[in-house]
Amino acid sequence: MKKGIRGRIIFILVTVFVSFLFFLPSTPLYSKLPPWWGKYLPNKGITLGLDLQGGMHLVLEVQGEKAVDNTVDRTVGSLKGSLEAKKVAVQSIKREGREILLSFAPESKEAVSKVVDQDYPNFVIKQSGAGEVVLALRETEVKRILDNSTSQALETIRNRIDQFGVSEPLIQKQGANQILVQLPGIKEPQRAIALIGRTALLEFKLLDDENPIARQLPPRVEGDEEAKILQEYQGKIPPTDQILFERVVDSETGKVTKRPYLVKSQAALSGDLLSDARVSIDQFNGKYVAITFDPIGAKLFEKVTEENRRHRLAIVLDNTIYSAPVINEKISGGRAQISGSFTTQQANDLAIVLRAGALPAPVTIIQNVTVGPSLGQDSIEKGLKAGVIGTALVVVFMAFYYRFSGLVADFTLVLNVILLIGALAALNATLTLPGIAGIILTIGMAVDSNVLIFERIREELRAGKPVRLAVNAGYDKAFLTIVDSHVTTLITAFVLFIFGTGPIKGFAVTLSLGVIINLFTSLVGTKVVYDLVINRRKVERLSI
Amino acid sequence: MFEVFGKTQIDFVGKRYFFFALSTLLVALGLFSLVQISRGKANLGIDFAGGAAIQLKFSQPIHIDAARKALDDNGLKHAELQQVVEDNKLLIRIKKQDVVEQNVRERVQEVFSKAFPDNQFVVESSTEIGPTVGQKLQSDALVAVLISMFCIVVYIALRFEFRFGIAATIATFHDVFAVLGIFFVLNKEINLLVVTALLTIAGYSLTDTVVVFDRIRENLKGRRKESLDQTINDSINQVLSRTFNTSVTVFLAVLAIYFFGGEVIHDFALAMILGIIIGTYSSWFVASPLLLLWRKRVGVLKRA
Repeated sequence: MKKGIRGRIIFILVTVFVSFLFFLPSTPLYSKLPPWWGKYLPNKGITLGLDLQGGMHLVLEVQGEKAVDNTVDRTVGSLKGSLEAKKVAVQSIKREGREILLSFAPESKEAVSKVVDQDYPNFVIKQSGAGEVVLALRETEVKRILDNSTSQALETIRNRIDQFGVSEPLIQKQGANQILVQLPGIKEPQRAIALIGRTALLEFKLLDDENPIARQLPPRVEGDEEAKILQEYQGKIPPTDQILFERVVDSETGKVTKRPYLVKSQAALSGDLLSDARVSIDQFNGKYVAITFDPIGAKLFEKVTEENRRHRLAIVLDNTIYSAPVINEKISGGRAQISGSFTTQQANDLAIVLRAGALPAPVTIIQNVTVGPSLGQDSIEKGLKAGVIGTALVVVFMAFYYRFSGLVADFTLVLNVILLIGALAALNATLTLPGIAGIILTIGMAVDSNVLIFERIREELRAGKPVRLAVNAGYDKAFLTIVDSHVTTLITAFVLFIFGTGPIKGFAVTLSLGVIINLFTSLVGTKVVYDLVINRRKVERLSI
Repeated sequence: MFEVFGKTQIDFVGKRYFFFALSTLLVALGLFSLVQISRGKANLGIDFAGGAAIQLKFSQPIHIDAARKALDDNGLKHAELQQVVEDNKLLIRIKKQDVVEQNVRERVQEVFSKAFPDNQFVVESSTEIGPTVGQKLQSDALVAVLISMFCIVVYIALRFEFRFGIAATIATFHDVFAVLGIFFVLNKEINLLVVTALLTIAGYSLTDTVVVFDRIRENLKGRRKESLDQTINDSINQVLSRTFNTSVTVFLAVLAIYFFGGEVIHDFALAMILGIIIGTYSSWFVASPLLLLWRKRVGVLKRA
C-alpha cells in the first residue's frame, strides 16, 4: 500500500511538472529561456483565439458559376482569333448562357467544325444548321471548372496574404465552395478585405474612338450615375463594344467623378501573362505600377502596340479603367506601366494583386468577424478576473463546508487547473473567450466528484464505520456514479466539438479536457491525500 | 460536520402533480418560443438571422437616443442599440432584412464620425454574417441538440433501464426548453453562445439526474417493504446535500463569469445560471417522480 502511495505521488508530480513544461512557452518567461530549449522541449504553447488577440475571421464564397461563364467568354474571343487565322469567315460569334452561337456562310461549315474539333476539345457541337452551329461546354468541363475555382482562389488568396504580410494566417477550404481566412492581429481590416476580395482581373482593351458614339459620351459623370449612362446607351453601341468608366479623383477637393469610355469588349491582352508588378515613382513624385510581361505576353503586347499606333489602350482592372494612354510606338521588351491617382498604399496593394494573379471567379464575403486588439486584451483581463474570483469562491465554499476534506478538494481543484492548462498547451489548443468560460465552468465542476465522495463518506461515518473503512467505501460507492456523470457531460462536449465552429469548438475542447482531467484528479488526487493521512497514523476522526 | 441539510424527509414525490403542472408550463413556454424561433419571430442573434453587429468604444459618454437618431437619419433604421455605460461602449445590431448593402461597418463608422465629430471612437469588433451562413448554423445547432440527446438516451438506457433513459431525457429537455422559454420571455438574444450554454446545461442537468437515479437503483436493490414512492423519496433525500453542494459550486463559478466575464459572455453566463437553478429543481421534482408516472402504465419497476 505504501509503495502504491509513493508511486501515485510521483505520478502526480510528474504530470504537474510536464504541464509546467508545456505551458512555459505560453508565458512571457519563454523569451528568457536558453536557446536549446526549443530544440528538445515544448516550444509551442496555447494559441490565443481571434476573439482574444484581435484579428479577422472571414468566410468567402467562390462564385464558381462565374468562372464557367468567364471560360465561355474567353473562348468567344479566342475562337474568333483562331478562325481568322485559318481564314475562315464568320458573320458573328455570340455567347448565350453557356453556349456559343456561331453563324457563317454555309460553305465554311466544314472548316469551322475542324477548328472546333482540333482546338476546342472542351466544347461539343450541340446543334448544327446550314449556316450556324451551337457550341456547348462539356459537362465534365463545367464540373472541373467549378471544382478548380475554389482551390485556385485559395492559392491566389494565399499568395496575396503572404505578400501582404500577416504572421500565422489560416487559410483553408471549407465545404465545396467556401474559403476560411483567419488573420490574427490585423490592424487594417478594411484594407485586407479589399485586397482579398478583389478579383484582380487585369485586361488591356482598345478604345473604340472611331465610333460616333464615343464622341457623344459625356466627359464626366457623377460617381453614382454609372447605371444611368449604361442604360441610356444600351442598344446604341455596337455588340462588340462596351462602356467602362475611369474613376477620377480631384486632387484638390477629393471629389470622385467617373469618365466613361467606349472600349472593345474583347480584351487585347490579359493579366495572366504578367510576370511581375512593382511600385515605382515618376518624376513628378506620382506612384505608378510597373508591370512586366512574360515572354508570350511581351510578344503579344508588342504586336498589339504595333498594330494600334495612335490608338488608345485602356488598362482595365475588374472592369474599372485605371488609365487609357495613347500608344505612341511599338513597345517591345514587355514592360508597361499603370498610372492613376494612387496613394502609396493603393499602388502597393495593386502590385500585390497583380503579382498574385486574378481570382478565377469573384468571391463574396459571407461572414466577417473582426475583433480589435484592445477588446481582445480587455476580454483576457475580464476572463482572468472572472476565473480568479470564481476559483476563490469555490475554494472558500469547499473549505468552509467540508473543512479539512474541503481543503483536500481545493488541492485537487488547483491540480485540475494546472493539468488543464498544461493539456491545452500540449495540444497547442486555441484559447477563446468561451474557452475561458469553459475553464471556469470546469473549476465549478471540478469539486463535483469530491462532493459525491465526501457525501458518501459522511454517510458511512454516520452509519458508524471507522474512518479508514468509511473513506474506502465512500470512494468505491461513488465510483460508478462519478463515471456516469462524467460520461454524460463528455457526450455533450463531443457533440459541441463536432458541430461547433470557432470559439464554440474551443469551449468544447476545454470542457471535455476538463471533465477527463477531473476524473483523474478526483479519483487519484484526493485518494492519495487520504491514504497518506489514514495510513501514517491511526485516525479516530475525520474532518469532513 | 457542517451541513445545510441534516437528515431530511422531504416528500418530493407527494407534490409531484403541482410540480408537473409548473414544469409543463415551463416546457410549453419553451416549445412556444421554439415555434417562434422557427418562424423568425424571436430575437435571433445575427449568427442565426444574418446581419451585422458592431461594437464601438467612444472617448466620451454617448447618448443612446442621439446615436439612434443618427443611425435612423442615415437610413440604418431598426438598428438595435445596447449601451455599456461605464466603458462608453455602444453595441449596434442590424439584422439582415434591414441591410441593403455590404459593408455595414464602414457605413456605421461614417455615420458616427459625421454625427459626433467631437467624440472619437474605435471599432472594437464587428461581425457581418450572410443569411445563408445563419441558416446553416441554425440547422447545425438543431442537429447538434438532437444528436446529443440521442446519444445520452442510449447511454443512460444502457447503464440503467430504458425508462430511466426516457425520464432523464424528458428532464433534460425540460431544462433546456425552460431556459429557452425564459430567454424568449426576457427577449434576450438567442445566438450561438446561448445554444452552447443550452447544450452544456443539458449535459450538466443529466449529471445531476444520473446521480439521483444511481441512488434510486441502489436503493431498489436493497428494498424490502417500502413503496416505490418511498424509495424514490428516500433516494432524493439521501443525495440532497450533494446535489445542492455541486450546484452551489458551479453556480459560484458561473456567477463570477456573469459579473466579471465581460459583455460578450454575459448572456452565456445568464443561461448557465438559469440552467443550474432549473436543472437542480428538475432533478428533485421532475426527473425522479417521472419514474412513477411510468409505473402506472407499464407496471412496477423491476429490481435491477
